[in-house]
Amino acid sequence: MPYPTDFQDSLAKLKASREFRKEQTIKRLTDEERTRLIEAFHPDYRPEGMEELRVGVNKGQRVPLEFASVAESYSRIDPEKINLNAPDFKVDVLVVGGGGGGSAAALTAHSQGASVLLTTKLRLGDANTLMAEGGICAPVRPDDDPYKHFLDTLGGGHYTNVPDIVKALVLDGPKIANWLIDMGVMFDFEEDGALKVNHCGGHSRKRLLSCKDLTGLEIMRVLRDEIRNREIPYLEFSPAVEIILDLEGRCGGAILFNMETEEYYVVEANAVILASGGIGRLHVQSFPTTNHYGATADGLVIGYRAGAELLHMDSIQYHPTGVVWPEQMLGQLITEVMRGHGTHLVNVDGERFINELECRDTCASALIKECEDRGKGVVTPTGMVGIWMDTSLVEGVEKHFVGIYQRFKKYDIDISKEPILIFPTQHYQNGGLRITPHGETTIPGLFAAGEVSGGVQGKNRLAGNSLLDIFVFGRRSALRAMDLINQKRSKLTMHHVVDYQNKLKELGIDESKKSPVLLPDYIREEIKVKRY
Amino acid sequence: MAELIPIYLMGKKYSVPEGSTILGAIEHAGYQLIRGCGCRGGFCGACATVYRVPGDHQIKVGLACQTQIEENMTLTILPSYPANKALYDLETVKDPVKALWQAYPEIFKCLGCSACTKICPQDIAVMDYIAGAKRGNLEQVAELSFDCIMCGLCASRCLAQMVPYNVAMMARRLYAKNTLVKPDYVLKRIEEVEQGNYKDEIDELIGKDIEELRKIYAGRDIEGI
Ligand SMILES: Cc1cc2nc3c(=O)[nH]c(=O)nc-3n(C[C@H](O)[C@H](O)[C@H](O)COP(=O)(O)OP(=O)(O)OC[C@H]3O[C@@H](n4cnc5c(N)ncnc54)[C@H](O)[C@@H]3O)c2cc1C
Ligand code: FES
Repeated sequence: MPYPTDFQDSLAKLKASREFRKEQTIKRLTDEERTRLIEAFHPDYRPEGMEELRVGVNKGQRVPLEFASVAESYSRIDPEKINLNAPDFKVDVLVVGGGGGGSAAALTAHSQGASVLLTTKLRLGDANTLMAEGGICAPVRPDDDPYKHFLDTLGGGHYTNVPDIVKALVLDGPKIANWLIDMGVMFDFEEDGALKVNHCGGHSRKRLLSCKDLTGLEIMRVLRDEIRNREIPYLEFSPAVEIILDLEGRCGGAILFNMETEEYYVVEANAVILASGGIGRLHVQSFPTTNHYGATADGLVIGYRAGAELLHMDSIQYHPTGVVWPEQMLGQLITEVMRGHGTHLVNVDGERFINELECRDTCASALIKECEDRGKGVVTPTGMVGIWMDTSLVEGVEKHFVGIYQRFKKYDIDISKEPILIFPTQHYQNGGLRITPHGETTIPGLFAAGEVSGGVQGKNRLAGNSLLDIFVFGRRSALRAMDLINQKRSKLTMHHVVDYQNKLKELGIDESKKSPVLLPDYIREEIKVKRY
Repeated sequence: MAELIPIYLMGKKYSVPEGSTILGAIEHAGYQLIRGCGCRGGFCGACATVYRVPGDHQIKVGLACQTQIEENMTLTILPSYPANKALYDLETVKDPVKALWQAYPEIFKCLGCSACTKICPQDIAVMDYIAGAKRGNLEQVAELSFDCIMCGLCASRCLAQMVPYNVAMMARRLYAKNTLVKPDYVLKRIEEVEQGNYKDEIDELIGKDIEELRKIYAGRDIEGI
């Protein structure tokens, strides 16, 4: 029995309205309607979910409570105890993060002749990058171009993106596509030899390049293979937990934590490229997430503590289509491409309520409105609420979306006949460390690439733009870092951490609070109370 | 709250909620995983798990993040299994098939036992793609192995002691690099960008105020599905 009996009434309505829905056109919202919907229902606009930062460069700015908590925490190490004079590693470029952004940075710096160390928290490749299903946008097709991609990205980001960074993004797009193709990434092709391109929310052209429905996996395993082929040194289970500066405030390396032996390593480097990804596992506003296990905002925390500026940290992307049922799959992503392929979003009464091709924030807001304001959600036996996605409308869904099809089949749900129950899930951190078009943060020598950075996507990222972003700015950061590798540096210091902590103490913040947190805490309270 | 049922984590008994995934059960028991957990969504292969259930002599496998528990199962996660990987430079490969054979000559020792195929949690026909590799059919290897998450279970079972997933990795790259033809328009677009095309148009947009941008955005031509 695939769906519980509670769902049957609603499922019957969904089936009954199918033919009608196929003929129905739902108009796109005007800019104004869109803004109104978002301001009323998007979680970013819930005042109770936000708090002003009390310390640091962005003091006074609103950020999610969960981020404020880790930003306003103490270092895991005693900054006055650590010996910076005997570094465990000395390299030109230290790359923090073993996802796509970090891998692109490491490969680029290495091919430029730098000595590189990549360090990552889990295994190389265990990252959000590898989970991307849909694809990567690049304006390569003859009837597309970077100008169109630029306009789509800026409009999708509600004109909050830093335009110069977007310009770099779209102009580098074709080069990145070419780089990946040359590295042997197995992109999808049409019979006529063209690269296959898909539609996705907010883009005015079909420009999503894909590798079946496992684009991130395919790209990530190729990058990892290449890092291994070139024997670029990398450390696993060794997250960066602090940035080291020199007396002039330039970045001079980082401190890593070996999670297995619990020792710390000092890495001296002329440039540090942070590519440590997003925030999903902090579960902002208690939302489930699509993100991997290590997405705990570490890079943001240590960059901020070192004095780098944040941008758009009040903006989180909730993917409209996260799984609600079965609960074992809670929060997992149903790719955007599904919406692009003509599925319908349908309420408990079998009605559509939004044009499925609207941007993510718009769709997510519409879903929340439908469930929380209009009471038209489908309620599960455990009290969760969701909206149907009518997947049976996609011809050959079992072939085109093998991964998703099989995952539901394990729970006896046949998505070629039955819909999927979905609700918004925390997906992407729109903001992050402010960068220039060359990936520079506001601290000289400290770079940020990918999800940890801010400015590229503005307050709303379009589908397929993140995979492009990580490669464009991973590569650009590495190229710019090359300018620094022969620079002389003054004495290394952890004073910035001492200063930061003093401010926390002045505010009376609990000294037992430590960050970065490294892993989410899923231990039950019943167990914790017994850890005397 | 779901009913609690017994399972054995590396031989030790815990009571965990029925219907949980193996990963959920391990965390319910009180473990904070460092290894054996990556994406939590069935993509990364960090959580390959082997288990047995009473009354069945066969070894079973699954991804801890994707597999539901069974009563009295006894399980262990295999977070890492030693593997050898050939180093190669894709750019200098002249004969892709030969390169694969040279990199992994052990494929010819395949005994055809199909232990790899049976154990694959992704239901990949591992033995068949190894057969394809032996015949030099890179396309077959690439297509059959595409869903591989490199969890390592095939390597743990192979009687010929090879690492099938690394063979597939190399084969896919060789196939994509040498067989799929990059359309001319990709390089043409790069050339255009390098010549400075699109820059002025974009800069002109950057110079506009938001109201104007909104109008241009609203009036843009959107390709149909
Ligand atoms: C399920 C899912 C599907 C997606 N689909 C798409 C898509 O189709 N198209 C698209 O464009 N985008 C998609 N995205 C978004 C995109 O995949 C990510 O935003 C992007 O890959 C982020 O890349 P990254 O390199 O910045 O971070 P990640 O790939 O997350 O890599 C960050 C790495 O840093 C490590 N790390 C974390 N903290 C530390 C630390 N303290 N020290 C060292 N290492 C650390 C992490 O463990 C990880 O390995 C998707 C995201 C998810 C989660
Ligand atoms: S944790 Fe990644 S496959 Fe299970």
